[in-house]
Amino acid sequence: MIIASVMGHVVATQKHSKLEGARLMLVQPLELDGRSAGDAFLAIDRLGAGPGERVLVLREGRGASEVLGQPQGPVDAAIVGIIDTVDLLT
Amino acid sequence: MQLARIIGNVVCPQQDESLNGHRLLIIQPLDPAGRSSGEPVVATDSVGAGAGELVVFVIGKEASFATLPEQVPTDAAIVGIVDHVVVEQKA
Repeated sequence: MIIASVMGHVVATQKHSKLEGARLMLVQPLELDGRSAGDAFLAIDRLGAGPGERVLVLREGRGASEVLGQPQGPVDAAIVGIIDTVDLLT
Repeated sequence: MQLARIIGNVVCPQQDESLNGHRLLIIQPLDPAGRSSGEPVVATDSVGAGAGELVVFVIGKEASFATLPEQVPTDAAIVGIVDHVVVEQKA
């Protein structure tokens, strides 16, 4: 999983039936020091993550469809945690 | 599979319930010489690895196989704690 920041979300009224009810969040991958790392992408969310929150993002299809609750759902990323703290060894 | 060093951990009070009870460790992938190789990732742990340890991890959907029959949504899993690495010949 990677650490990312929620930038916003996407509204898509017309979407695949297995995506109905899922929120599509725009997430920006972060480095451990909080800087942006790479390109933003979309991840489904069932935890209710909001803009600016740091989240744990799964980037793998099978697990993401499990989170979605739709076996073989057409998704490749899911928010699996809302991060409270990140502890690093010094 | 790849080598990595455990460099920290993540705490998510609110998380997918399938992750409950699983520690989330930040690991820095390493090359065989022990140099950092790529960006850190957050991994689940199936072997009881601790801070600072050198570990073996697997990436992709196979990572979730480490916790079967429990279905855990993970794409990176620690599957071994390294005692030592033997490099006989440089690539």
